[in-house]
Amino acid sequence: MDFSLGERAESFRTEVRAFLGEHLTPTVIQQMHTTGTFNNKDFNSALAEAGLLAGAVPGYGNRDPIELYVLFNELEKAGAPYEGLAVTMLVAGVVHAVGTEFHHNEVLKPLLTGRYTCCLGYSEPDHGSDVAAITTRAIRDGKDWVIDGQKMWTTMAHEADWVILLTRTNPDVPKHKGLTMFLVPMDLPGIEIQPVATMATERTNATFYDGVRLGDQWRLGEVDGGWNVMGVALAFERGVMGGTNPAVPLLRHIRDWAANTPSPEGGPLLDDPLLRERMGRTAIANQVSQLLTLRAAWIAATGGLPGLEGSMAKLYATERYQQAVGWFQQMAGAEGLLSFGASHAAANGWIDYDGRHSPVMTIYGGTTEINRNNVAERHLGLPRAR
Amino acid sequence: MDLNLTEDQETIRDVFAAFFDRETGPERARAAEPFGFDSDAWDRLKETGAPGMGVPEAAGGAGASLADLVVVATEAGARIAPLPLIDHQVTARLLATVGACDANVLSGATIAGLVVRPMDGEIARTVPTGSVANFLIALVDDRLVATNAPPGNHLPNHGCLPLAHRDFAGAAVLTEGAEAVAAHRRAVDEWRTLTAATLVGIAREALVLGVEYVKHRAQFGRPVGSFQAIQHLLADLPGLIDGAHLLTAKAAWAGDRSSVGILGILDVDANDVTDFAALAAMALVAAGEAATVATDRSLHVHGGYGFSEEYDIQLYYRRARGLSYLLDDPARECRRLFSILLNDPDGLHKSSQEAGQH
Ligand SMILES: Cc1cc2nc3c(=O)[nH]c(=O)nc-3n(C[C@H](O)[C@H](O)[C@H](O)COP(=O)(O)OP(=O)(O)OC[C@H]3O[C@@H](n4cnc5c(N)ncnc54)[C@H](O)[C@@H]3O)c2cc1C
Repeated sequence: MDFSLGERAESFRTEVRAFLGEHLTPTVIQQMHTTGTFNNKDFNSALAEAGLLAGAVPGYGNRDPIELYVLFNELEKAGAPYEGLAVTMLVAGVVHAVGTEFHHNEVLKPLLTGRYTCCLGYSEPDHGSDVAAITTRAIRDGKDWVIDGQKMWTTMAHEADWVILLTRTNPDVPKHKGLTMFLVPMDLPGIEIQPVATMATERTNATFYDGVRLGDQWRLGEVDGGWNVMGVALAFERGVMGGTNPAVPLLRHIRDWAANTPSPEGGPLLDDPLLRERMGRTAIANQVSQLLTLRAAWIAATGGLPGLEGSMAKLYATERYQQAVGWFQQMAGAEGLLSFGASHAAANGWIDYDGRHSPVMTIYGGTTEINRNNVAERHLGLPRAR
Repeated sequence: MDLNLTEDQETIRDVFAAFFDRETGPERARAAEPFGFDSDAWDRLKETGAPGMGVPEAAGGAGASLADLVVVATEAGARIAPLPLIDHQVTARLLATVGACDANVLSGATIAGLVVRPMDGEIARTVPTGSVANFLIALVDDRLVATNAPPGNHLPNHGCLPLAHRDFAGAAVLTEGAEAVAAHRRAVDEWRTLTAATLVGIAREALVLGVEYVKHRAQFGRPVGSFQAIQHLLADLPGLIDGAHLLTAKAAWAGDRSSVGILGILDVDANDVTDFAALAAMALVAAGEAATVATDRSLHVHGGYGFSEEYDIQLYYRRARGLSYLLDDPARECRRLFSILLNDPDGLHKSSQEAGQH
């Protein structure tokens, strides 16, 4: 086995780090947390201009999945606003994989400039984990389709130019067989967006589709073939596009804070044995998370579909992140409760932030339980529980 | 980047998997209790060349890399082979670096072992191979010393490992000074890495045993493996075990690089760690956790039978703990690791390991 990234990926990483050194200013980071929009078009288009974005589309261009992993891993570790970009690039990858020439020209090309954004319209108020049961209808009307329904948790919809929308086109067949995917321009009449605030800094949305009419050219994949398109998208999502190293910036923040904070028992807090143990454990978990993610990237790079390996990485990484946050939050005591901007906030408010943010990582993109079901049934071969 | 075994390593894996299937396994481990040593299997192992395989060719060995030895140790762990294999291999490599690896060590006619923990004066307590090794190496202050006194009296223990206390009074000095300290430290890091590999094998097989059991054990008219509570206990394990395995392989990769002079990186802020000492500590903690958790959950899903002597999972359960805690408390190992990561070896909270070495 060889754990070096290789010359290409290594030099790509150097480029990404140089880019971050120049463009990831404290203002960019602050802006994402004050606006709740983890997406920055200026930042994204600067990435595009630096030639780094084409490599961000899974399966596209001359970058391989290892470099895709490198890009998102570096963005995540640096604390950059990468979530919106990851979704946009994921859609770009799906369009690249199953889209038509029309989609390539109308959607993929603009996406590669970094100036345009996509969002994911899968979840509904009554259908989350059981996403194949969604009820938003798309009905043919001559050459057009008319869409009616509601989506929930449509993160980034308020910034997005397109939503990749999972709809029901045939209610009379088993649930997975009557779904169709559309790329829907967000400026069409009949679309309404309502903000949904969260307990952390990020914002999401509810989106409403009331008689939205669009041409058949916006259909992505076959009629009633939406589940296949979902499969492509999920393979990307649970693969390598960030989300498995959130405890790297956390550990960095804790270390800075502990080095500069006196312990009630005397000396810097960084000398506290329990803190050191837990920081050591977090460093181990960060390595393991990275290796599990890298394995998924490597499987993709060598022609496989790392669905299950992605599930394992997400399961492990998100549970460990939440555990680490819990440890440090307890150890920071009262000042650990203080938020961004509060005087004397431990780690400048990052502990409070990670405490708020960490629970969602075990929920979105497939919950811990759904990932466990996947591993139990498809990896361990246990009989279906449901 | 390449996460496949090399072709040679695939061969090594297949050959040793077959060997350990044939010559060891749970039945043999049970028969070797409480002493933890199967001398017939050791005699057979000698025929494979395994005892000296990790020694450089120039010193008469087969020149296997640490990564190769990880492959062998993982297969041995999966069959809880009652053999002092990794201790012997690590000690043979250490002896070769100081020009003291003789033909009997190479062949395994002499069983070599290493004191991995700080000494208690001239006494080495609870030595991993204490009751079987007839050539035992330790670091006393900055002197690397060897004793060829007969093995010590076996100490009954949790994992049925061949543990004994050993006395180093009057032991011969092999070498001393910085060279001795560095050689011993390196050997202990190799021991960490190969113990981690053994634990990965234990964890892997424990999961297999659990999955097989719950597929066939029926209650309430259906396999207990169809209950989601059972499934979820087991579904956490593949990521945990594979993660520990990758980390162990990475540690071995770093160890092989460092032995040809390629220095590793220690950048915890960017999660960029290729330093051998750091990765060896990480691998031992991660593999210890994978093995203790996997054997715990697997035993639990066996119900009462898991607790009975007759079922194999309890053998794995006890060895997982035995090997995980033999060197040190994992919490202290984590503190020691963090000192390495901070590049702060003289930090306030030195581990007993380091304290004993200075
Ligand atoms: C901040 C945020 C952003 C999001 N962004 C997007 C987005 O951009 N686009 C999008 O489409 N969606 C998005 N989501 C939705 C997300 O994917 C869903 O929340 C998630 O899939 C879970 O669905 P649910 O919330 O309906 O929970 P439910 O499915 O109702 O689950 C409730 C609980 O039951 C458990 N459960 C459900 N089914 C099973 C089962 N079979 N076995 C065991 N346990 C089970 C779950 O694990 C969970 O603990 C976002 C969510 C959040 C919170």
